[in-house]
Amino acid sequence: MTDPWKTYDPGPHFDELFSSRGAPRQCTRALVSFLRRLGGEELELRRHSAELAIRSMGISFTVYSEGDNIDRQWPYDIIPRVIPEKEWRAIEEGLKQRLTALNHFIDDIYNDQRIIKEKVVPRALIASSGNYRKECEGMKPLYGAWAHICGSDLVRDGDGTIYVLEDNLRVPSGVSYMLENRKVTKRVLPELFETQRILPMTAYTTQLFDTLASLSPRPADYPEVVVLTPGIYNSAYFEHSYLAQQMGAELVEGGDLVVADDDCVYMKTIDGLSRVDVIYRRIDDLFLDPMAFKADSTLGVPGLMRAWRAGNVALANAPGAGVADDKLVYTYVPEMIRFYLDQDPILPNVPSFRCNEEQTLDHVLANLDKLVVKPANESGGYGMLIGPASSARQRKEFTALLKKNPRNYIAQPLLELSTAPTLTADGIEPRHMDLRPFILHGQKQYVTAGGLTRVALVKGSYVVNSSQGGGSKDTWIVTKD
Amino acid sequence: MLSRVAERLYWHGRYVERAENTARLVNVNALLMLDLPGPVDVSWQNLIDISGGEEAFASHYQKLDERNVIRHMLTDARNPGSILTCLRMARENARTTREILPTEAWEILNATYHHVRDSGSTGVARKNRHAFLNHVIAACQELAGLYEGVLSRGPAYWFTQLGRHVERADMTSRILDVGSAPLLAIRREAAEDDPIENALWLNVLRSLSAYQMYRQNVHDRVNAEDVVAFLLLDEDFPRSVTFCLNRLNHHLERLPRADDTRRATGHALRQVQAADIQRLLGHDLHAFIDEVQAAIAAVHEGIADTWWPLPPAA
Repeated sequence: MTDPWKTYDPGPHFDELFSSRGAPRQCTRALVSFLRRLGGEELELRRHSAELAIRSMGISFTVYSEGDNIDRQWPYDIIPRVIPEKEWRAIEEGLKQRLTALNHFIDDIYNDQRIIKEKVVPRALIASSGNYRKECEGMKPLYGAWAHICGSDLVRDGDGTIYVLEDNLRVPSGVSYMLENRKVTKRVLPELFETQRILPMTAYTTQLFDTLASLSPRPADYPEVVVLTPGIYNSAYFEHSYLAQQMGAELVEGGDLVVADDDCVYMKTIDGLSRVDVIYRRIDDLFLDPMAFKADSTLGVPGLMRAWRAGNVALANAPGAGVADDKLVYTYVPEMIRFYLDQDPILPNVPSFRCNEEQTLDHVLANLDKLVVKPANESGGYGMLIGPASSARQRKEFTALLKKNPRNYIAQPLLELSTAPTLTADGIEPRHMDLRPFILHGQKQYVTAGGLTRVALVKGSYVVNSSQGGGSKDTWIVTKD
Repeated sequence: MLSRVAERLYWHGRYVERAENTARLVNVNALLMLDLPGPVDVSWQNLIDISGGEEAFASHYQKLDERNVIRHMLTDARNPGSILTCLRMARENARTTREILPTEAWEILNATYHHVRDSGSTGVARKNRHAFLNHVIAACQELAGLYEGVLSRGPAYWFTQLGRHVERADMTSRILDVGSAPLLAIRREAAEDDPIENALWLNVLRSLSAYQMYRQNVHDRVNAEDVVAFLLLDEDFPRSVTFCLNRLNHHLERLPRADDTRRATGHALRQVQAADIQRLLGHDLHAFIDEVQAAIAAVHEGIADTWWPLPPAA
C-alpha cells in the first residue's frame, strides 16, 4: 500500500500542513510523522473512536429543518490544523487591536459621533444600518465595552496572508465546539500531547466568567451571572448549555426572568425571586424585550431594556453592538483603527467593494462572475453569490438585488482559502478552511489560543458553515521547544 | 435554583426510575411465564395493566400476545410509558438541565437512549431480551450511583430524588395492586400452599427486586399477608411505600417553602400505616391502594404547586 502522506498533494492552494507535495511544514513535521507511523488502518480506528466519543459526549448542533430529529452530531476531522506560536502571537495582537477600535467605534456612534463629524465614516452608513438601535443613544457601558465577546473569521489566501473576513459582534457561536474538539483530540490522539507543546485552551470559560463578572453593576457583591438562551430549538443551544455549565452560571430562558417595579431583573427560583446582575444573552437584539423591540417576541423579557438603561443590569454583548457587525461597516475598520488608535492595522481586511458607491457598484455589476457578493447583515453563509461558481440566472437575480438595495451588499474577490489534509471517504485530501478565534473585552482583553477551524468537507467547496455541511478541526498553536 | 429547572430535574428523576422499574417488571414477568404451566391467565395482560397503558396498547395492536406486549413496553415510541419513551423524556429533561447534572449523566443517558432506540426489534427478540433489559437496568443504576456519588446535596439532588421516590412509591403500589388481583381470586378458591399462588407472590416480590430482602426479613415462607405488609410498611426496604414516603419527607425538609408538601407526605404515610392487612386481603385491597395512590398524587401536586414556575400571566 502506498503511504498517503508521501503522496499527499496540497494542490495549487496554500496548505496549512504541507509546503509542497510530500513535504510537511516545519511546525507540522512531528504531527505528520506520527500520523504516518500510525498508518491508515489505525487512523481509521481512531477516527471511529472520535465519532463514538462525540456521540457519547453528546456534542451536537441543531438544524432547524429536520423536524423531529433536531440534534445532529458535530462533524469533526481527526487531523488537526497547526499554527506556529510566533505567527499566532501577531494575529492575537491584531485581533485585540481590532476589537479595541470596534468598541471605540460603537461607543462613539451612540454618543459624540466624532468619526462621522470628522467625515471618516459617512452619516448615511449609520442611518441605514439595520443594526443601529436608537434605544442605545447616550448609553455609556462600563469600560466603553459594547462588544464583550467577538468571534472574528480569519482566512488565509493563496500567498499565505491572513485576512479578517468578518467580525461577529452580535451573538457569535462556536467556542464550545472549539473546546470540545480539543477534548476529543486528547482522547483519541493522546500520544501527540506528550511530545509536542500545544498551547492549552481551557482558560476560556474562566476568562469568560471573569469578563462577565467585571461588568456587574453591584461590584461589591458576588455577581449573579446568567446565560440567556432562546431555548432548546436554537441551533447553538448545546453551546449555551455548555458555557453555563462550565461557568457555573444559571442557564435561563426569557420566561425565567422578570423586571420588577424597581427596574431590576430577577429570576424565578425555588426560593422566590433572586436578583440578576449580568446577562450573557444569546438572543438577538430584536427579541430581547417585547416592550422595546418586536412586541410579539416570547423569547425575551418585558422591560429588560428599561433595566439596562437604568444601569441595573449588564447585557453582554450590549444591545446595539451589532451596528459594527455589518459588512459595509466592516470595510471601514482599517480607518477606525487609524482614527481611534492612531495605529496601522496589524491584520488586513479582505479588499472589499462598497456597493453603495455608484462607480463601485458599476464595477461590481460588470464583474459579478469574478466576485463574491455578500449581504451586509446576514450570517451563516446565507444569501451569498459566489460569482465564479454561479449560473447566469443567479447573477441576473443578484444584479436586480444590488440595483434595488446597494447599501445592503458588499463584494469581494474570491479568496483562494487555504487547505489542510482532511480524512475523507476517498482518503486524505486537501479541503478548504477558515478560522474563528474568540476575543473577550471587558476590564481586560483575552484571545483564545487558536480558535475554531471550520472546514468545507465537500471537495473544492468554500462553504465552511456547519449549517451547510461544514466540518471542523482541532486547532493547535505549537511552541518550538 | 430556577423553578423551571427544578421541574425538569424532578421529571428526569421520575423517568429514569420508571425506565428501570419497567425493565425489572418485564424481566421478571417474562421469566415467570416459563414457570407457569399451561394457560394461566396472569401474564401479558397484567403487564399492560400495571403500566396503565391499556388504551395505548389497544389502539396500536390487535393481538395481545408476548411479542406485541414486549414491543409495546420496550421500544414502542408511541407508548408514553415504554422504556424508549421514558429514556427519551429523561434525556430530554437532562438536555435542558445539562449545565446542572454531572456531565457523565448526560453521556450515560445519551448512550443508553441510542442503544435502546437502535436495537429496535432485536431487543424485543426473546434471546436478546434479558441482556437488553439488564443493559437498561444497569444504566439507570449507574445514574443513581452517579447522583449519590457526585451530586452535591443541594436542589439538583433533592429534586431528582423527589421524582425518583414519588415514582417508586407509585410503581410499588401499582405492582401490588395489579399483581395481587388474580391472586386474591385464587386465594378464595384454592387450598393452602397452592404452588401457583406461591409462584405468583414470589413474582410480585421479584418484580420489585424485593425477594432477597424479604427473605432476610421475613422468616416465614412467602405468604400473602407478609408480602403485602413488607411492600407497604417495611421501613428499611428501599422500594416499600413507607420507605419512599420517609425519603420524600427527608428531602422535603431541606427545601424552602415545603410545609404544604410535607403535610401531604405525612398524610400519605399515616394512611399507609393504618393498613389492616388481614382485612384488606379479604376484598378491600384494591380500594385501599386507590386511596394510597391518590395520597401519593397529592404529594406530587404539592411539589408542583410550590416550586414549578407559574404560567406567564395572561
